[in-house]
Amino acid sequence: MTPAAPRRAVVLGGNRIPFARSDSAYKKASNQDMLTAALDGLVERFGLAGERLGDVVAGAVLKHSRDFNLTRECVLGSRLAPETPAYDIQQACGTGLEAAILVANKIALGQIEAGVAGGVDTTSDAPLALNEDLRSILLDANREKSVQGRLRQLLRVRPQQLAPAIPRNEEPRTGLSMGEHQARTAAEWGITREAQDELAMRSHQNLAAAYERGFQDDLVTPYLGLERDQNLRPDSSIEKLAKLKPVFGGADGTMTAGNSTPLSDGAAVALLASEEWAKQRGLTPLATFVDAETAAVDYVNGREGLLMAPAYAVPRLLERNGLTLQDFDLYEIHEAFASQVLSTLAAWEDPVFCTQRLGRSEPLGAIDRSKLNVNGSSLAAGHPFAATGGRIVAALAKALHERGGGRGLISICAAGGQGVVAILEA
Amino acid sequence: MDRYTQLVNTPIGKTVAKQVGLPKPVPLKRHTPGAPVVDGRVLLGGAPGGRLAQSLAQVLADAGAEVSTPLRPDLRAAAAEAGLDAAPWTPQASVDHRYAALVFDATGITESAQLDELHAFFHPTIRKVARCGRAIVLGTPPESARKPAEAVAQRALEGFTRAIGKEIGRGATVQLVYVEPGAEDQLAGTVRFFLSPRSAFVSAQVVRIGKEGGKVPSDFDWERPLAGKVALVTGASRGIGAAIASTLARDGAHVVGLDVPALEEDLKAVAAGIGGSALALDITDADAPRAIASYLRREHRGVDVVVHNAGITRDRTLGRMDADRWNAVIAVNLSSIERITDALIEGGRKAVLNEGGRIVCVSSISGIAGNAGQTNYATSKAGVIGIVNAYAPELARRGATINAVAPGFIETQMTAKVPLAIREAGRRMSSLWQGGLPVDVAEAIAWFASPATGGVNGNVVRVCGQSLLGA
Repeated sequence: MTPAAPRRAVVLGGNRIPFARSDSAYKKASNQDMLTAALDGLVERFGLAGERLGDVVAGAVLKHSRDFNLTRECVLGSRLAPETPAYDIQQACGTGLEAAILVANKIALGQIEAGVAGGVDTTSDAPLALNEDLRSILLDANREKSVQGRLRQLLRVRPQQLAPAIPRNEEPRTGLSMGEHQARTAAEWGITREAQDELAMRSHQNLAAAYERGFQDDLVTPYLGLERDQNLRPDSSIEKLAKLKPVFGGADGTMTAGNSTPLSDGAAVALLASEEWAKQRGLTPLATFVDAETAAVDYVNGREGLLMAPAYAVPRLLERNGLTLQDFDLYEIHEAFASQVLSTLAAWEDPVFCTQRLGRSEPLGAIDRSKLNVNGSSLAAGHPFAATGGRIVAALAKALHERGGGRGLISICAAGGQGVVAILEA
Repeated sequence: MDRYTQLVNTPIGKTVAKQVGLPKPVPLKRHTPGAPVVDGRVLLGGAPGGRLAQSLAQVLADAGAEVSTPLRPDLRAAAAEAGLDAAPWTPQASVDHRYAALVFDATGITESAQLDELHAFFHPTIRKVARCGRAIVLGTPPESARKPAEAVAQRALEGFTRAIGKEIGRGATVQLVYVEPGAEDQLAGTVRFFLSPRSAFVSAQVVRIGKEGGKVPSDFDWERPLAGKVALVTGASRGIGAAIASTLARDGAHVVGLDVPALEEDLKAVAAGIGGSALALDITDADAPRAIASYLRREHRGVDVVVHNAGITRDRTLGRMDADRWNAVIAVNLSSIERITDALIEGGRKAVLNEGGRIVCVSSISGIAGNAGQTNYATSKAGVIGIVNAYAPELARRGATINAVAPGFIETQMTAKVPLAIREAGRRMSSLWQGGLPVDVAEAIAWFASPATGGVNGNVVRVCGQSLLGA
């Protein structure tokens, strides 16, 4: 028996809760609470109560050890059929999009008919770990057979070992925060403060406009009193952004709290299916999930910037699909930092980067900036790490459908020097 | 390394020198066979509209250098074309790089207002030059400029590089290379020399590259540029001459060492050590030119490189100097060079000096600056510069070149006899705060002798660490 030829996987829509700033509206909400809420909103929107779906794939970057089966627990807590299988993945900020790739691939291969992809993160309800020395003493004590032996081990505990290990936003192999890494890349590519602030302002304006015209109405479900993303500042202006002090790259740095994403909490999911499954339920496909690529770079030895992997992933994806960078109607380049977006675009215009590092004969060239992040992106919405992919897949699919067709590019950079990119088409 | 340089480079010496404000000579890096041309990152920049970016990028690529360039489309395109994976550089990049070399194409500067390009490039970078680093500015010879404004701006470069030489410190050097329009593909030999530790003691010099040189073949052997060549070195039995002989031999030449019969034993030892030959005769003898020419024709079918190194001093202030002292110095240091050169180039195509030959003379900063007690010596060494100027056009016609090095304070047996106070003054009164070594002179001569530097003709380059004398 030969397996069926691959078929189209389509995006039907999505749902997310408004993203909150860290230690604010969702400070008491757990990852499980938020992902379940996002999932139930999707069930509600697409009438999926009691449905057995092929897979629910999601993850969280900051996760409690008790949440080892986070997504499955959320499914059990949702109104989906309890017979719906689920699994967790984690690829830093690429988690949500990688989840969508996995679901789309299973659909394309005919292994499942429909699935949900997404992610959740909280920086408020963050897991605290035991001090590493304390942990080792407790494990030693546990191995002892006698009460005396256990006591002897426990007497080794010293007061400073009672302080917990707090999860840190830094690369284990370089000890530098993601912002410090990106500050170097931004300086290398000569990304100015003005250009970053301009991109940040446009993100706020575009997201605000998207809410105003009702674009978000079937993408976002209010949660715990929030109706819109808490970080959104519709009145953001170049003047206000220009007043902020640099937070990365030292006193001469160009990156501020205004042009870098804040720590945030939230969850997002997207619904993907085969065309047949959608047709049976009378659901309209918004866009086809065409193809995807993941790349990684050697940032450890300083050969490449930590967040430059999408600059490698996109050209490979274009090559495979016979497309140029200009063959897109919409671009969704995740705004981890305004300078990440701008460094990536600068690299694609640079003859040296494109010939020497990408092995191309000429640069990919510039993009039409009016097609970039047209409904706002992470600088305005916030960026709960694993939730960003689900937000972008659903929003881009809708935007392509809304304009009556077209092609869209998604690019998401991730910790560990990775990048996940994809093409949607309507 | 002299004792003072050793001392100030000890931990205690460093502290004392810093507190008292003593000069801080750093031990200069010198070339070792097989070492890379440049050890570290090179920042390649230029004024907009320059004509050398492409060839400079190619030279750097061929030399295997790590390179950064500013994010200007012409520079990025030049780097890409040369196959250089050049990192982008911007003034705001507070990258922790130290640059082994700053290379700046100034040929785009056509009026004085554009000299601000020098400031824009060097201001943020000059303090990031590594120990024993390099700065090289390339311009258009003012005499080749199309308009007066361009000639003025290009002439101004000389003051800039000479001043940087006095500021840069830490064993770093700076040069100005004027590239005649049409000589863009002649840069490799000269740029490599100035980037590398071979030019350790050469600083604040101005070199002109003309378009007569001919292209360097792509498979050129930079490790042994003189392979298959025959080189005559006069005064080869010791000191600078012996260093010249062994450096040319290292570069692949068969060296014919020449010295007076009284020094024949020393000469033979030098020749034996480098697999060369020894020719003992007195160059001031009437038939010496003919004897040398026929020896070279008979034994080697001609000669490719001639180094006029032999020289003597007979110091006295002029009022106390007898005629013998005067005449001896002029005869050895000047007249014999003319006579030997004439003998080697006579006969047109059948001359003993082979096609593409190289003549290198040894002048002296005494010949440029003058020196008390050396009227005879200074006269002869200034005359040597006259030889270079006078013979250059004729040699150019036969694809050959003639150039001179003018050593400053070099640590030799001769300078070791100089009284301590004068010796210390000679050593310290330069931008590198130390004396040079015989090999520094030899390396400069090897650069002139290379088949890759055919466009370098009629130049006088001082090997003096930017000595304050005669600057």
